[in-house]
Amino acid sequence: MGLLSRIVTCNSHGQDSSYFLGWQEYEKNPYHEVNNPQGIIQMGLAENQLSFDLPESWLAKNSDAAGFKRDGQSIFKELALFQDYHGLPAFKKALVDFMAEIRGNKVTFDPNHIVLTAGATSANETLMFCLAEQGDAFLLPTPYYPGFDRDLKWRTGVEIVPIQCTSSNRFQITAPALEEAYQQAQRKNLRVKGVLVTNPSNPLGTTMRRDELDLLINFITDKEIHLISDEIYSGTVFSSPGFVSIMEVLKDRSLEQTPVWERVHIVYSLSKDLGLPGFRVGAIYSNDPIVVAAATKMSSFGLVSSQTQYLLSAMLSDKKFTKEYMAKNQKRLQKQQSKLVSGLEKAGIGCLESNAGLFCWVDMRHLLSSNTFEAEMELWKRIVYDVKLNISPGSSCHCSEPGWFRVCFANISEDTLKLAMQRLKSFVDSVAINNQSHQELKNSRKKFRTKWVFRLSFQSFHDREQDER
Amino acid sequence: MLSSKASCNSHGQDSSYFLGWQLYENNPFHEVENPTGIIQMGLAENQLSFDLVESWLRKNPEVMELKKGGESVFRELALFQDYHGLPTFKNELVEYMAKMRGNKVKFDPNNLVLAAGATSANETLIFCLADPGEAILLPTPYYPGFDRDLKWRTGVEIVPVHCWSSNGFRITMFALEEAYERAQKLNLKVKGVLITNPSNPLGTTMTKEELDHLITFAMAKNIHVISDEVFSGTVFDSPGFISILEAAMDRNLENTDVWSRIHIVYSLSKDLGLPGFRVGMIYSNNKTVVGASTKMSSFGLVSSQTQYLLTNVLASKRFTSKYMKENQKRLKKRKEMLVSGLKKSGIECLKSNAGLFCWVDMRHLLSSNTLEAETKLWNQMVCDVGLNISPGSSFHCSEPGWFRVCFANMSRGTLQVAMRRIKDFVERSNFMGRIKMNYQQNMSSLSRKLLSNWVRKLSSPDPNEHER
Repeated sequence: MGLLSRIVTCNSHGQDSSYFLGWQEYEKNPYHEVNNPQGIIQMGLAENQLSFDLPESWLAKNSDAAGFKRDGQSIFKELALFQDYHGLPAFKKALVDFMAEIRGNKVTFDPNHIVLTAGATSANETLMFCLAEQGDAFLLPTPYYPGFDRDLKWRTGVEIVPIQCTSSNRFQITAPALEEAYQQAQRKNLRVKGVLVTNPSNPLGTTMRRDELDLLINFITDKEIHLISDEIYSGTVFSSPGFVSIMEVLKDRSLEQTPVWERVHIVYSLSKDLGLPGFRVGAIYSNDPIVVAAATKMSSFGLVSSQTQYLLSAMLSDKKFTKEYMAKNQKRLQKQQSKLVSGLEKAGIGCLESNAGLFCWVDMRHLLSSNTFEAEMELWKRIVYDVKLNISPGSSCHCSEPGWFRVCFANISEDTLKLAMQRLKSFVDSVAINNQSHQELKNSRKKFRTKWVFRLSFQSFHDREQDER
Repeated sequence: MLSSKASCNSHGQDSSYFLGWQLYENNPFHEVENPTGIIQMGLAENQLSFDLVESWLRKNPEVMELKKGGESVFRELALFQDYHGLPTFKNELVEYMAKMRGNKVKFDPNNLVLAAGATSANETLIFCLADPGEAILLPTPYYPGFDRDLKWRTGVEIVPVHCWSSNGFRITMFALEEAYERAQKLNLKVKGVLITNPSNPLGTTMTKEELDHLITFAMAKNIHVISDEVFSGTVFDSPGFISILEAAMDRNLENTDVWSRIHIVYSLSKDLGLPGFRVGMIYSNNKTVVGASTKMSSFGLVSSQTQYLLTNVLASKRFTSKYMKENQKRLKKRKEMLVSGLKKSGIECLKSNAGLFCWVDMRHLLSSNTLEAETKLWNQMVCDVGLNISPGSSFHCSEPGWFRVCFANMSRGTLQVAMRRIKDFVERSNFMGRIKMNYQQNMSSLSRKLLSNWVRKLSSPDPNEHER
């Protein structure tokens, strides 16, 4: 063509092909309890499907909220016309209250500082546009959500420089790692504008500890840069230690009147805890009025449907509902996570100890034929094609150590999870037996690899949306 | 500390367009509670046909309750975030769009990409077609929002194609060439032309001739054409609406290069009057553009709740036929009311057959043929007459004295009040015209204060921006 923009022709949307291969395979052969019990079980989708019944039953009892009515009167016209990028005031109020509730009310938020966006995807990109120029960089601790390669970099031209975290200390951020990442950026002639962390972490499923948060604050204060805290999983914390928001730590250190206060920004969304990714509700929270103003205007490019704002403002204003939802949801997440953890244990597989999220960070290093990413890919292929589980390889999350996989648990039923664990156990047992015919295995892998390369070159144009995190 | 995009004012929201808005917000007209307030005539919204949609909703409560055949589809919708969009919704949309074009064009739902409003669609297309520093040609006058939507985050430039009242502001080959050369002189690589058809603010549909010029031009220069057809459902009079795709088909261009360089933008905000629901779309025959903009739509997907609602609304063919016919009738009637009301005050409009506004000629009311005089007149209209209308300069019109006046966002009664006020103003002006010199000298102190306030405001945070 030659007539399209660079960002389109360079294919720099970062939608990693191997990651989508698993997705594609699943789509071709999706597991179904009755219709396709041999199919691939989707465990690469960080969706919360455990608590739908709750909002569904709320909806049934509150049809006015979905029916464009307020106190029995139709407000259809008002909503149909409402495109104010400041957002529905009642919705913003309900949202900030909900966010405060998630943080045990240890932090309060000002609705005038919140900006609504069409999902966290939009929120993150918008923040990049506000905080960095093309060619600037943001530091991100690894492993991180693969979608960031697109959301933060693609249209903004901003670079990501990884902060390498390792299993030696459970992938926590350390001062040397931060410093090393900063130096690396300098060596590449990249101006660092900030750090972006996901807390609770995707894919780790852990909440950040206070000392990590303190470390981050010290670092951004010292370097005079921004911190974006993507807290979209904050409502999925199901066990101790609890969730500590970056805002809480700033308050505890009495930093409200200092410059760093205005350089900390939070991203939130209702896609993970409330399980409503289809409704596209995201938000940016910032203490910097200029960022709020600029992001508000930019939100024109991705406003939340007024129909949806109204429905959710009614739902979130119902404190009885939100309290019940959070309690039940957390319990269900915890139960399902323990089932996954114990199922993996039975197969001799460990996970990183986690207290949040919709997934576990699973250690399959001992199943690798060698401590390489090539071996990780081989293992992943076997798990997708032979074991028929679509899980996410750590390399797609930029993990520095091969052998880790993210396995989701909240998007399948208890029975499906049980089956998945059975399949995995059988696989692990068979690996142990087949260790004798090691050479045979090596040969079949070579053929496999060729098949994979063959497939890559015929990658369909219809690659899949990176739906989840 | 922040990006240049956040700290500079290239979002274009400091124009007079938004100041008028602010003044209105401070003193909004209300038939009962504030009959002397400012009447909002700067808002291109269609408020004439809500009752039709509302009555459909009343008869179909299941759709709002997220049910289908008595069963809840809540879960399915709550999870649906596929950027390919709800297939049934896209099927309905392409049928609706075809119907609007008299079924002379057929659309393939696989070539349709949903976006959160035309605002998002336009920006996305620019990201796909141009690099920072490159340029898009736009015929003037054009929608002020384009200065933000097309340029702000993309870094792309707009080079105006000057159109004149001498030929009804029609696009000529000469004007296109002239703009292209101007871009070259500025060292800007032109990637395409963006037109709004029907035009905002003119309220006219493009002639076959204009469309042919554009296509020929795009072929010769090897560039894209973006046809923003957001107002295509508001055509209420002859000549009918001719879509750019129809013009291309008439020239048998389907298998040529230019076919994949023509892209359409549409939205449900103007004809269906649903700007709050954020439903926009891109249509392109270029698979690469469809692929890329589909991924980019991740940054502005349409709520599945809304997709589901509108799928059902559009699926009701009886409703859409009735709506289109009735809506057009009402728009026509209301426009005629505005036109005749203005005529009684000796004010003419550009002859129009579409849109939610008229392009009004107030050149004869200017004290001089200058931008300053237009601004002065505008201040008077807002502050003295109490009508928030939009000055042509905010649309980058090359001639002073033209104003866009909206008619579809208010009741008949309010429009009548507005017409009376204008009549009074013009009569006063005619009287004062005899002692014109004195009038200018005694320019109200309020207007003077307004001007300095405005200058001050240019450097402070801008007011909320609304739609077209």
